[in-house]
Amino acid sequence: MRSAAASLLIVIIANFLLPAASATVPLTNTLSASASASASASASASASASASASAPVASRAQSGYHFQSSDTQSLQDDDFKNPGMLWVDTGRQYFNDATGSKNKACASCHKKLASSVATTFPKMNQHLGAVVNLTTQIQHCRSQHQQAEPIDYESETALALTAYLANHARGQRADHHVLAPPATLKQSVEDGGRYFNQRRGQLNLSCHNCHQDSVGKMLRGDLISHGQSNGYPIYRLEWQSLGSLHRRFRACDIGVRAQPQALGIDTYINLEAYLKQRGAGLLIETPAVRR
Amino acid sequence: MKTRISIPATAKKGDILNIKTLASHPMHSGFRRDAIGALVPRDIINRFRCEYQGQLVFEAKFGPGTAANPFLSFHLRADERGNVVFIWIDQQGERTEELRFLDIVDDEY
Repeated sequence: MRSAAASLLIVIIANFLLPAASATVPLTNTLSASASASASASASASASASASASAPVASRAQSGYHFQSSDTQSLQDDDFKNPGMLWVDTGRQYFNDATGSKNKACASCHKKLASSVATTFPKMNQHLGAVVNLTTQIQHCRSQHQQAEPIDYESETALALTAYLANHARGQRADHHVLAPPATLKQSVEDGGRYFNQRRGQLNLSCHNCHQDSVGKMLRGDLISHGQSNGYPIYRLEWQSLGSLHRRFRACDIGVRAQPQALGIDTYINLEAYLKQRGAGLLIETPAVRR
Repeated sequence: MKTRISIPATAKKGDILNIKTLASHPMHSGFRRDAIGALVPRDIINRFRCEYQGQLVFEAKFGPGTAANPFLSFHLRADERGNVVFIWIDQQGERTEELRFLDIVDDEY
């Protein structure tokens, strides 16, 4: 009886390990690969691991781009058609327009805008003594350094500025600072990882259950993606608008019937830091188009 | 309303140009509800016109089923140098106008 249980355990372990090992080769982060290509790659992977039932386990970071239909991909590929570029355009304007009682623009202080600036977030802001992401940093600049009206996290202004700066870093890797996070960020990445793996809500699901264990399976009409953050803020067809990563987090939390957190809250910033580490090697695609 | 227009600055006489436009607009159908369940009133762009040398060359009518940020792509034959005017008219009758100058270059030289 005991040996039967042990051999069953070995079979289960083998089913988990085999497809993961054989799926490493074709699942790369190239923008030219299509969703169908990755689907066939995982199909051949499960075929080679003879006994596995359904095992499209993505062992390497894969952008959500590969989980979209070719129509949606073409919307993202063409900078003119991509509706997210409207926000990028507006963001450029906001960046250069003076505002607030100090009559300063973002560009007044940030004269030489490094293209990589968006890749350095989330990071520790020493003045605030807290880990900030790009949007909460913009909010802070807005109310403190420009002395302007505070802007909401999901406001058009915050979205536009975030999209503009993230678009500036398009094609760059976003993970340099989180691969070996400094002491000030380490805790944040760890807490984010814990949130990712923690089951929650009435459906009792963690992020990991869908976006790691069930990648490539269907959730009703949707293909479950790897849950990567490299395209945010995204233009989501369901939203008919640009939306932030934290809005997406809230949507997932609501989806598993958990208590959604407030936008810009520490919990979500930590999760954002963890996702950057998890998505090591991915290139920034902002503004990405998703279903 | 923010718009984007893609049209070449110069063309040869007789060229067929692909023109693309994108307008930022929520296109509320009048059937959606907001976070507290109240109906969001209908708010759409009704009509789009493109005029070339004062003549209407392309027109589109939108209904409430059109997605947000409507994108259009159409063709125009370059005849004479002149202005191409793009006009979006929303349901309140408010016009958004954009103007592009199209220059005709001679390639015989």
